[in-house]
Amino acid sequence: MLIKNPAKSSLKENQVTDENVYLSRRKLLKSLGYIGASGLLANSAQAKAFDWFSSDKTVFKQTPLEFNKDQNAAAFSQRRTPEKMATTYNNFYEFGTAKSDPVKHAQEFKVDPWSLKIDGLVENPITLNYDDLFSKFDLQERIYRLRCVEGWSMVIPWIGFELGKIIKQAKPLSSAKYVSFATVYDPKQMRGQRSRFTGGGVDYPYVEGLRLDEAMHPLALLSVGMYGKTLPPQNGAPIRLVTPWKYGFKSIKSIVSIKLTDKEPPTSWNILIPDEYGFYANVNPKVDHPRWSQARERRIMGSSVFDQKRIDTQMFNGYEEVAPLYAGMDLKKYY
Amino acid sequence: MLISSIVSSPLRVPNKLIILIRVLIHSVSIVYLSYVFYLAFSGQLLGDPVQYLLDFTGIGAINLLLLSLLVTPLALWLKFGQILRVRRSLGVYAAIYAIAHLTVFIAFELQFEWGLIVSEIVNRPYITVGFIALIVLIVLLITSLPAVKKRMGKSWFSLHQWVYLACALALIHYIWSIKSEELQPIVYFIIGFLVLIIRGKKLNIFKK
Ligand code: HEM
Repeated sequence: MLIKNPAKSSLKENQVTDENVYLSRRKLLKSLGYIGASGLLANSAQAKAFDWFSSDKTVFKQTPLEFNKDQNAAAFSQRRTPEKMATTYNNFYEFGTAKSDPVKHAQEFKVDPWSLKIDGLVENPITLNYDDLFSKFDLQERIYRLRCVEGWSMVIPWIGFELGKIIKQAKPLSSAKYVSFATVYDPKQMRGQRSRFTGGGVDYPYVEGLRLDEAMHPLALLSVGMYGKTLPPQNGAPIRLVTPWKYGFKSIKSIVSIKLTDKEPPTSWNILIPDEYGFYANVNPKVDHPRWSQARERRIMGSSVFDQKRIDTQMFNGYEEVAPLYAGMDLKKYY
Repeated sequence: MLISSIVSSPLRVPNKLIILIRVLIHSVSIVYLSYVFYLAFSGQLLGDPVQYLLDFTGIGAINLLLLSLLVTPLALWLKFGQILRVRRSLGVYAAIYAIAHLTVFIAFELQFEWGLIVSEIVNRPYITVGFIALIVLIVLLITSLPAVKKRMGKSWFSLHQWVYLACALALIHYIWSIKSEELQPIVYFIIGFLVLIIRGKKLNIFKK
């Protein structure tokens, strides 16, 4: 299939570092019959050194998933960002603005029961409960690059299903032009939603949006897992969006609502700082953010400062198959 | 001032205690800095080690700088002249942490892409401000070598007034570097400027 293994989208050998440590640790945990953030956290010396007070905290339980492997998995297996990095360095302001906050403060987040509604301008509104998220569609693995607007990037094996599939099932009306998403609003569980300052001043719930044709693109994934297991809360459990050609903040986490609309929906970062964050937020090395140059990026390949590679940022994060969606648009204006 | 009149007699402690405090400042600053860098090199920090180092050294520099500025008011308030001797140690480590901060930016964040490093310093106002603060701190660091200090005579004191500028710029740099509203930088900003105001007042009073 085109989107799974387009040559132009795949990573070059020299962009990435070996990751034997990650693989061997993974094997070890598997052979112990135990996979979970707790093992990874407990193994890290930092957990001991800096987290005195959290040593006795519970750790969110992730469950192994069954899925079709990314056809590209063999080639990619050497190239992923270690799971420990992807699950301890997160922007998820609902749990605090520091990148280390989500892993610290999200471990007790309840994901079951869950309810995800797909409604708005559709013929057939759908509600998925927690189990539906994993059983309504065949799960497939997608190994994607994730490019953050802050200038760093990772390579992450997601598990999920195409967003387009569920939208199709809901049968959009012809008046539907956009798709709007919302994260759960639960201040009791999300400390960032309780206080303006812990939550970075975002007006919660966090909302995002796509044009309908963007949402229908086969690259757009609703992810329910990563690294072979269900998502941990800091990465957006139980279900999140992944749009790999856009900056990471578009990939909204812990979604409870998907609504089809006829107007461009508001998006959280755009509301907060309109001249820094646009609706489209396509990865574009030629359009600098006022705070960060976007021409190059720092690829996080391991946990040492020496495992960080600076590489050129590619248009649409290298997913050029989305270019036709934006034919004729001035991407400087629609940033 | 009311309180300083209550503490009417000067405070004196054994010289050894002051030496002990200075040894502590030296060892804690060096050991902590080396330990965190060691964790970052060996991949033992959670999350992105580059961001961690950048934050750790930046906050460390500001903490040390604010502490060093608090020494003089403390000495005046308690009539505790001896404590002035820890001021230099704190200032020196503020500068060293700030240099480590820039080093992380150059070596690990932008990995010696000099063109980009220069353009970031020039084009991003919050970084320009941090850069000026750093230059001032480096000048103060060099001129606080005893030999240089002696040679400079009275002009040393007027030069070292620039520490206020460095501190103000560092606080502006910090609050400007944040993407959206956060409590900690705002608290720092308020405390920092209170410290600067206190210092300014005290200085005026005692110069007369
Ligand atoms: C050439 C000089 C400097 C450069 C290039 C520089 C660069 C930076 C950068 C890139 C950040 C991170 C922004 C982000 O997280 O996105 C930062 C944050 C910071 N810097 Fe600097 N800086 C400089 C000087 C200074 C000085 C002199 C101080 C203090 C005395 C300082 C204190 C801080 C603090 C406190 C932060 C915030 C850390 C945090 O977010 O926790 N910086 N700086």
